[in-house]
Amino acid sequence: MELRYNNLAGLVCAATESGRQISELVLADQAEQMEKDPEFLFQEMDRRLTVMDEAADQGVQPDLRSTSGLTGGSAYLLRLAAGSGNTLCGSVFTRALARALAVSELNAAMGRIVAAPTAGSCGILPAAVLTMLHDRSVPRRACVMSLFTASAVGMVIANNACLAGAQGGCQAECGSASAMAAAALVELAGGSPKMAAHAVAIALKNILGLVCDPVAGLVEIPCIKRNASGVANAFTAAELALAGVTSAIPADEVIVAMKHIGDAMPSALRETSEGGLAATPTGRRLAAELFGM
Amino acid sequence: MNVFDIIGPIMIGPSSSHTAGAARIGRMAGALLGAPAVQAEIRLHGSFAKTYRGHGTDKALIAGILGMKPDDARLRDSPALAKQAGLSVTIIPDHIESAHPNTALIALTAADGRRVSVQGASVGGGNILITRVNGMPVEITGQYASLIVLHRDAPGTIAAVTDCLGSYGVNICNFRLAREQKGGTAVMTIETDGSIDRALNEKIRALPNIIGSTRLEPV
Repeated sequence: MELRYNNLAGLVCAATESGRQISELVLADQAEQMEKDPEFLFQEMDRRLTVMDEAADQGVQPDLRSTSGLTGGSAYLLRLAAGSGNTLCGSVFTRALARALAVSELNAAMGRIVAAPTAGSCGILPAAVLTMLHDRSVPRRACVMSLFTASAVGMVIANNACLAGAQGGCQAECGSASAMAAAALVELAGGSPKMAAHAVAIALKNILGLVCDPVAGLVEIPCIKRNASGVANAFTAAELALAGVTSAIPADEVIVAMKHIGDAMPSALRETSEGGLAATPTGRRLAAELFGM
Repeated sequence: MNVFDIIGPIMIGPSSSHTAGAARIGRMAGALLGAPAVQAEIRLHGSFAKTYRGHGTDKALIAGILGMKPDDARLRDSPALAKQAGLSVTIIPDHIESAHPNTALIALTAADGRRVSVQGASVGGGNILITRVNGMPVEITGQYASLIVLHRDAPGTIAAVTDCLGSYGVNICNFRLAREQKGGTAVMTIETDGSIDRALNEKIRALPNIIGSTRLEPV
């Protein structure tokens, strides 16, 4: 059976009817589409989880700095805070934030990462899944499988809206990553495909309208911290959905709303660094110091 | 689109367009030279020219010229590695008329004096489009095996080349022709589903009116 990735409702329906997880259907379908053995695709995805894990480790070094020198070292501070036991929301949550920052800061420092779905939003999905793997003792196999569910969500968004900040603003990058992570978290926590779709809707709704306004055009300010907030948002959405909270607006309609909002965004707020934070006095000063822009 | 377009590519940061795509453009230029480069003159246009330092675009281009892939951890040390390899590099922020905002124009020279110039754009998500080789318009994405055939504009030349590919069971997925003027020099850019082996390329080189043919693996 061929799966279609033009709406989430169809995927949820197929999963619910067959009594399987979205990830299982997606893996079987993709193996057929790519004319490859499912085990081969699983191993390819497993390799991506390994790169994510290495990135989360490497990114917490205290002396890590980006090529521009603007960022680095905040993941280390969060790791220290998690270790101290003195955190507001518990150390598991703080470790999730630390991982999002670590992967994102490593990206800015020219380390090896997995675009998920983009390099600018590369910390969110790893932070969610690795936190379940290391701090919640979820089996690795399930964690790898959850990446197939996340990919399916990403494909539905790509088919109906977009994943590029230059096109749809930060909502399209960090918003999509957060929605993908929320779906993965629900599956890993034992939630139903329907719950996963509600989590996608909630996560995306919370980030709708977020603009892409990087200082000096670099994937650093505010991108790195938005990765931390993106994984926090994914946990929020998953927690709500797992508790039975539903989204009044279905996920597929939220995705289309995101597209329309992106289309309505002025170009100054779509990765051109002409508006928003990039256009603040400090943003301009940093750009001038770096590039004489 | 498949799952690995969403979760992937595995790459050296920070930007799929300004780093991963740049590495692929460099790799394509290196492959077209077909020998280790000793000199590289890299002109950058648009966003590449403005932000190349912060994005490591220069390092990625150099790494690509040295043959590295976008996920090679040595990418950030490529300027030093170039020096070790005897490659001298000049980076020139420039303006290239009516080019895509993320464009690099790379002129490479090999030890034997052989030269090639390659203009390419990074068009998003790490995807690239090579638009000029030695000033001639081409269209190469680097996603497929490609053949660049320089030839004299004469009747039957294209048919002879495509016949040759067909006889080896190679299917063409993209074809582009550009010529300077009627009867002058022309260039075919051919992308294929399967790989193009050396013997096939030698056969194409031996055809009438063919000046040169270069085969490229996907980058």
